[in-house]
Amino acid sequence: MEASIMDGPKRRCGAVSGLSTVKNPVSLARLVMDKSPHSYLAFSGAEDFAKKQGVELVDNEYFITEDNVGMLKLAKEANSILFDYRIPTIGTCGAGAAAMESPLQMNGLPISVYAPETVGCVVVDKEGRCAAATSTGGLMNKMTGRIGDSPLIGSGTYACDLCGVSCTGEGEAIIRSTLAREVGAVMEYKGLNLHEAVDFVIKNRLDEGKAGLIAVSKNGEVACGFNTTGMFRGCATEDGFMEVGVW
Amino acid sequence: MGWAIAVHGGAGDIPLSLPPEKRLPREAGLRRCLDVGIAALKAHNHPLDVVELVVRELENNPHFNAGKGSVLTTSGTVEMEACIMDGKTMKCGAVSGVSTVVNAISLARLVMDKTPHIYLAFDGAEAFAREQGLETVEMSHFITPENIERLKQAQEADRVQLDYTQPIQKEVPKDAALADGDSQIGTVGCVAVDNEGNLATATSTGGIVNKMVGRIGDTPIIGAGTYANHLCAVSATGRGEAIIRGTIARDVAAVMEFKGLSLKEAAAYVIDQVPRGNAGLVAVSSTGEVAMPFNTTGMFRACATEDGYSEIAIWDSPTK
Repeated sequence: MEASIMDGPKRRCGAVSGLSTVKNPVSLARLVMDKSPHSYLAFSGAEDFAKKQGVELVDNEYFITEDNVGMLKLAKEANSILFDYRIPTIGTCGAGAAAMESPLQMNGLPISVYAPETVGCVVVDKEGRCAAATSTGGLMNKMTGRIGDSPLIGSGTYACDLCGVSCTGEGEAIIRSTLAREVGAVMEYKGLNLHEAVDFVIKNRLDEGKAGLIAVSKNGEVACGFNTTGMFRGCATEDGFMEVGVW
Repeated sequence: MGWAIAVHGGAGDIPLSLPPEKRLPREAGLRRCLDVGIAALKAHNHPLDVVELVVRELENNPHFNAGKGSVLTTSGTVEMEACIMDGKTMKCGAVSGVSTVVNAISLARLVMDKTPHIYLAFDGAEAFAREQGLETVEMSHFITPENIERLKQAQEADRVQLDYTQPIQKEVPKDAALADGDSQIGTVGCVAVDNEGNLATATSTGGIVNKMVGRIGDTPIIGAGTYANHLCAVSATGRGEAIIRGTIARDVAAVMEFKGLSLKEAAAYVIDQVPRGNAGLVAVSSTGEVAMPFNTTGMFRACATEDGYSEIAIWDSPTK
């Protein structure tokens, strides 16, 4: 499991990768930020840090669900890697792999319905301070030791004094496009507002990759964008607006 | 237009009083690597091959903090990381937590070329290296007496230190203002562009002295220590934590694109935003410009362009 968190005002950040027993990776990422001299800890070093910090640890089995065991089996048989909610492609997935009709089914439904998802949250308070956090198990059937975009500052997570951003989707595409930083960069260097920045980035930065993101700005705006079929999301603002959406 | 190449061997609190026995081998190393890179460019090798080749040379040189000569973790072990990126295709590869692979940069290249992923780390990276038949050795191969000594000093001073910091004395000397022991340094990198505007970057490091086991720095993080697109290729060095939060490498290209600055202006602008004493970078643009700004005491660096210009430097020079 991997996660990262970033605090907009001073751009402090923390990230972790390769966790197997830490119940809440994002909280360990927070501790890396607050209690270590570093920004990013991984694998056994991160697990050791977790023990020293006394965070809640559980057996690896705690995290594993039947659905995921089933999907891994199917993915291995099809020799493919499943992206978050993307219809799996057969064989090695390159940057330009196009979506294909999936023959993979489980319980009569296309497997994409079951594919695991990254989670994230972005927040801005009354004083315009932004923060962002992202957490994930990564890709189904990923190579051991594979790190995706979620723990990478600037890719899956970013916050500065202008905005907070959390991304989800094809990790490799998000990394190549440094997607989260891009929203902030476009606002900072091009002077776009949050909605324009999010639109610009989703439209122009994702080559053939599939991804989505949520973002808030220091002015209290909230925006989301995605070039996938859908993105599970919810948002709320102080004036009472609330929305949950999928497509 | 024309080809260009720039190389660095780390930015940090390099004392002006650096004794010749420490300065000369590094200058010689930079000169040699620059020559290797120039020859490769003249022979029309793709910049991606050029930067990998040059960084391999730097990794093999025990005087730089990468490969052999890597600084040590708090446990006295070596955990190397590296990253490579192709400006035209935006394909990239990165590795962390590598302890037995002779050339981490080549492993990063294989991650880019031979897997559906970008970044592999620790056991998974080591397993992949063996699968690919890369040269692996005992970890002791990478450890030098100099670095054992640095670790000892850092642990005595009980703080995180980077390569190229002066030996810590009981009282920190006044003119080591940049060093509250934390001046960043130690990384190697190379950026290159050919005369068709193809860009590439590669960075490799042992990290920072006395780092926590499992600590990952800026080097393998695309957009932080390493980045290339159709405009420029960048490799950064310095305090990893500052480079990560400043998304240094990505910002150079972003500032060129969105503010229309030249490479030199963009690079200087970005380094300026980082607190003093924390970062440096080398960069080339698609039109053959070179920039090597730093806000530390010094940065081991070298560059050359097709028109015959070349430079090797450590501290401030009139033409930066």
